[in-house]
Amino acid sequence: MEENTDRAGWLMLLYKYFEFDYPKFYKMDNLSKLGWLATEVLLRNDFLKTYQPQEIGIVLVNKSSSLDTDIKYYETAKGMASPALFVYTLPNIVMGEISIRHGVKGENTLFVSDCFEIGFMQKYVQNLFETGVVQSCICGWLEFFENKAEAALYLVEKIDQGKSLLFTEENINKIYQLTNG
Amino acid sequence: MADLKQQIIAQLNLQHITPEQIGNDQPLFVEGLGLDSIDALELIVLLQQQYNIKLNNAEDGPKVFSSVRSMAEYITANKHA
Repeated sequence: MEENTDRAGWLMLLYKYFEFDYPKFYKMDNLSKLGWLATEVLLRNDFLKTYQPQEIGIVLVNKSSSLDTDIKYYETAKGMASPALFVYTLPNIVMGEISIRHGVKGENTLFVSDCFEIGFMQKYVQNLFETGVVQSCICGWLEFFENKAEAALYLVEKIDQGKSLLFTEENINKIYQLTNG
Repeated sequence: MADLKQQIIAQLNLQHITPEQIGNDQPLFVEGLGLDSIDALELIVLLQQQYNIKLNNAEDGPKVFSSVRSMAEYITANKHA
């Protein structure tokens, strides 16, 4: 997206373009809206239907945590603090919104890092599979700050369902470059 | 009450509905508009910001915020001259 584009408005346009019907969306902060939209697109073919809720995990990374909302909340707190903004002043809330929408009850973690550390992400999620914590995991990079939005989500499954890419650092990098390159 | 409905929509980000879709006596919570506990806090903020009214007794909340009409009546009864 071009820098002069209003990303918050862009998220609303995407929501209306896909004709989603989820009133709670309007109340979400920008990071949650971005994650919710990206997950809707990622899971549009009911990829998760074969798993129990506790078998599905979420592991995300971003750089700016919930700073986009933190700043807005800080501004309201100079007068009358907004309770609706306050509840989004944690970056992991986006995973809560995704979990509610898709019935996910497995482990979820959000790392804050300067960049998308592909090697770390691959090893961390691989370990979740090897230790039996999850059977499927929504993963990726999700960043919203200073009118800049980046989302590169992918679904990883412990058992190959066919036609899937191998879960390698190289393929994760391809997905990231394809969406944010 | 039309203004109050507009203020509620703006305060709670209810962009999917119009003031005309909110009935004067329609329950605001659960089976009505489906508002939640965070929305209740935002309605308290609305009363303070727009009408300078503080809800001093939390136990009054369910009655005051049961509908747009009950909110309007509370505002009328407590509005400063």
